[in-house]
Amino acid sequence: MKNLLPILTVLAAIAALWYAAVAPMNIRGALDIAERGGAEVVPAESIARFDRSVWRLMIDNPEYIAAGYALERPRLPTPGQVGAELWKTTGDMALRGRALSKRSLIYHGWITLQSTLWGFALGTILGMAGAVAIVYSRVVDMSLMPWAIISQTIPIVALAPMIIVLSSQVGIEGRTVPKAIISAYLCYFPVLVGMVKGLRSPGEAQLDLLRTYSASGLQAFLKLRLPASMPYLFTSLKIGIAAALVGTIVGELPTGAISGLGARILIGDQFGTPLAIWAALFAAAILAGALVTLLDVMQRVTLKRMGMQT
Amino acid sequence: MQDQTNAPVPDRSTTKPVISAKSLDLTFETNDGPVHALSGVDLDIGKGEFVSFIGPSGCGKTTFLRCIAALETPTGGTLTVNDMTPDEARRARAYGYVFQAAGLYPWRTIEKNIALPLEIMGYSKAEQDERIARVLDLVELSNFGKKYPWQLSGGMQQRASIARALAFDADILLMDEPFGALDEIVRDHLNEQLLDLWARTEKTIGFVTHSIPEAVYLSTKIVVMSPRPGRITDVIDSPLPKERPLDIRDTPEFLEIAHRVRDGLRAGHAYDD
Repeated sequence: MKNLLPILTVLAAIAALWYAAVAPMNIRGALDIAERGGAEVVPAESIARFDRSVWRLMIDNPEYIAAGYALERPRLPTPGQVGAELWKTTGDMALRGRALSKRSLIYHGWITLQSTLWGFALGTILGMAGAVAIVYSRVVDMSLMPWAIISQTIPIVALAPMIIVLSSQVGIEGRTVPKAIISAYLCYFPVLVGMVKGLRSPGEAQLDLLRTYSASGLQAFLKLRLPASMPYLFTSLKIGIAAALVGTIVGELPTGAISGLGARILIGDQFGTPLAIWAALFAAAILAGALVTLLDVMQRVTLKRMGMQT
Repeated sequence: MQDQTNAPVPDRSTTKPVISAKSLDLTFETNDGPVHALSGVDLDIGKGEFVSFIGPSGCGKTTFLRCIAALETPTGGTLTVNDMTPDEARRARAYGYVFQAAGLYPWRTIEKNIALPLEIMGYSKAEQDERIARVLDLVELSNFGKKYPWQLSGGMQQRASIARALAFDADILLMDEPFGALDEIVRDHLNEQLLDLWARTEKTIGFVTHSIPEAVYLSTKIVVMSPRPGRITDVIDSPLPKERPLDIRDTPEFLEIAHRVRDGLRAGHAYDD
């Protein structure tokens, strides 16, 4: 808990910056609404205001700065507004028994989580299998590793729609499978790299020792390489699951998706409801945080049970 | 120059040597041309001997030990271990090997570390437990079986690694600078313990070291080696008694042998580079 204070300090700094930024971001919106309500603003014409900087507008209309903090459709909502929207679409709906309503972020979060976990499982299995192949075969090392690196240079936003189109062409219904493929695509790489490093972490002397016992390759793998790779694996899994979540959300962005946090972000953009975007964004961040924390706890428990210092 | 003949020890020649090398060569091909790690090495090691290999870096002492362990393959000459090839001897579990780094697995307790070779060699659980208890007692670590390596000092970790090498009853113990990374006081203590262990178990020990006092204190036979190419320049049979308290190192006999080792090292290695 000794890092609680620094964390809270950074959090307070972010919140302060955020609140400060709301005033210039929302002054135009506040003035537009005031003008429509018949109030006197400087300058009076919306077109004329367009040419003024937000700073100028704030200086000329100080009485409307506060209104920017309570807009219904703000350019930049306040943290409080985001929190309220988040509560309205999660906890509040759950209390009213509508947790799995299509308007609830719990429902959309659940859709996203499912694809994330499928993609994470697939990516982890592929990454680990690839790592074993790379460590044990020079040919695979030479042939697979460059492609694994190249695969990560392709922008996933470009690839995602293609994966969705292609998977529907081969008759896969719905978005779950293509989304899982996209998130596996992002998630396998950190697992692969971390696992290769972990499996190669035992030194030459460690391997010589097993040679003096005439240990088989399988024994060397199970008794030395695999346990030695565990700290590396968990570190990679934490990166991998965050990447898998990003992959799923990217997979929910292309037009046509109706459920999932990514779809909520897209719909919020199309319907001009920034609060919905921000709430979905925070839901995604909270989900990612929860998943990484869960893996962190699993790492601590596992390594502690293995007797290793962490 | 020192006497370069490497005749077998007269008083032990009645029994067959446990380890026998005849004009052993090992050349590594590197990008900078061939490196003669070992050249024309002749040596017989009898049962129950404590043989130290001493010499400067690159003299091939570790390489020779690794050849005996079949971790390196000689490019010429013959090498037999218990009348077998080193490969066969390894499969017959002829030797236990102790490296400079203890190399204990951090995820295994000391007991489980000692169990490692036993698991690989397929001993039953009951036999594993019995052997672990016995070798832990030999290295005086009986109370530390349940501890993890990081909970032990460097010297204790190295004792645990010796216990691990002893667990499967190999007749030969090969030790590659096992105490090289430890401080002088711990090293003295472990040397005493090692002699005691050697007396009790009657193992044949091959011991690589940089330290002249360590070599003279421990050994019944000291093999002095020199580099480029790696070769044996002197083999000294120690007249010291088997019972050796630490203060034997102040006796004239001890100093005389140490002197001869130093001369051998000097003769074999022109310090001109």
